[in-house]
Amino acid sequence: MKIAVCIKRVPVMDQRLPIAASGIAIDESGLKFDVNDFDLWAVEAGLQLKEKLGQGEVVIVSLGSDAVQEQIRKALSMGADRGIHLKAAAVPPDARVVARALADELKPGGFDLILFGRVAVDVSNGATGAMVAQLLGLPCVTAVSKLEIKDGRGRAQRELEGAQEMVEFPLPAVLTIDEGLNRERLPSLKGIMAAKKKPLEVKPVTLGESRITVRRLQPPPERAAGRIIGEGSAAVPELVRLLQTEAKVL
Amino acid sequence: MPNLLAFAETRAGAIRKAGFEAVTAARACADASGGGEVHALLVGAPGIAAKADSLGEHGANVVIVTEHPAFERYNPEATAALVADRIRSGGYRVAVFSSTAQGRDLAPRVAAILDAAIVTDVIAMAIEQNDIVVTHPVDTGKLIATWAIGGSPAIIAMRPGAVLLAPSARAVRVERAEPVGDPAAVRVVTTELRMGDGATMDLGDAPVIVSGGRGLKSAENFRLVEELAAAFGNAAVGATRAVTDDGWRPHSDQIGQTGRLVSPDLYVAVGISGAIQHLAGMRTSKTIVAINKDREAPIFKVADYGIVGDVFDVVPALTAAVRAARAASA
Repeated sequence: MKIAVCIKRVPVMDQRLPIAASGIAIDESGLKFDVNDFDLWAVEAGLQLKEKLGQGEVVIVSLGSDAVQEQIRKALSMGADRGIHLKAAAVPPDARVVARALADELKPGGFDLILFGRVAVDVSNGATGAMVAQLLGLPCVTAVSKLEIKDGRGRAQRELEGAQEMVEFPLPAVLTIDEGLNRERLPSLKGIMAAKKKPLEVKPVTLGESRITVRRLQPPPERAAGRIIGEGSAAVPELVRLLQTEAKVL
Repeated sequence: MPNLLAFAETRAGAIRKAGFEAVTAARACADASGGGEVHALLVGAPGIAAKADSLGEHGANVVIVTEHPAFERYNPEATAALVADRIRSGGYRVAVFSSTAQGRDLAPRVAAILDAAIVTDVIAMAIEQNDIVVTHPVDTGKLIATWAIGGSPAIIAMRPGAVLLAPSARAVRVERAEPVGDPAAVRVVTTELRMGDGATMDLGDAPVIVSGGRGLKSAENFRLVEELAAAFGNAAVGATRAVTDDGWRPHSDQIGQTGRLVSPDLYVAVGISGAIQHLAGMRTSKTIVAINKDREAPIFKVADYGIVGDVFDVVPALTAAVRAARAASA
């Protein structure tokens, strides 16, 4: 089983993200970065499938500047076999540009499974995986929270709002991984040492023209400062009154 | 005056609230740019056409109906082929979807077929000369991006709850469209739809969400949250990541950075401290109520109305009071 996992370098969300002077990007200086959460679960899914079958290869693919090699190395230290860095100076928020670059690389790769995280927490668009599948003409299941692969076919559970769908599909296929499938392993010291020697191929790519232009980046509108209306069940009548007369939701 | 297409999402044979919202969003966008037509696309098993008129009530001029037994459950490949074909032949400037699990699956497929730019989780959109301008939360809602989309068509998926449903009734023309190819001859097949218990509403549709955190102390105590949701009568139950990680609730109930992003009219946070991960999923709610014993909990910074107290004391009292208030107004 040959498995590709596409990962993205994103800022760690648990820190302040200052807006750069340009007003259209965040100021990345001094920020901490990591592999996108959902992509770590995709890496973990790939590793578990390989381990279960007792054979195969897990290849990590990431698009971006030289900095993404740090995230590829992290996935290699978790146990992936090799990495491919698609090198581009700046990646626009236009998923079709990203999907095209990834599809061009993945097409001749002969992969049985191509895994993505459901969404990148920075750009929050969640379109790349399904677009790559469409460009490659492969079956695709998004938001997978349970997965079973057997005899060249897969069964997956998808998370909907308040419901689940069970889906069947043939391999090769593209899947996007949702939370709930697994929790990623931590790289071991041995894994970190081994990752330094694993192959990481760098391939410069020329991206297509973006149709999406960033006009502004702003903090969300301030909510009015929080207000504590009272303590314990004695405050309930006042809350109900406010919900009826002020918020008008009851 | 460009025309817009809206995809009217269904589940189990009914149009979802998010589907009406897509039509409403397209109507508002068309009206603001000179009054183009809104064409709604309704896809389902035979019989779905009976729902076409309800789309007219929300502003559709035309409802294009495609019926086939293979559309009984969500059929991603055949639906994507059909929608892309309609967008191409109709020459629409914008196609509006819902940023639900189904819409986020469908819209990128359609965008790839058409080589179109796509933005999901959109909270506002407008047509400005040659661009479609959208507002879209990024970085888990810590920042709001304004993007201009060039080229045509633009594929947009609206965040559920971002559009207020507004009646805009008109007589609809119903047109029929044939599927593209055989909808039964697809590779990806949805074999089963498992609905929730039905006692409470779906997180994507509910005007009220009552959500519980670790402060409830155990899975059993979640009945306090369920009872409060039932008292509202129009509420869904949500949970924090800590709670779904512990298996107290299914992952599909999780609200937050890696779960659902919701904007209900009222969000009641029960025993939730308000970690950044959670706030990312609910901070755009119109009114937020927080009940927590820790006065310093970050949830109180975003709560319109906070009560400091023991959830086991406050929540049953609130449930009784909500029930009484609704009985009095009924």
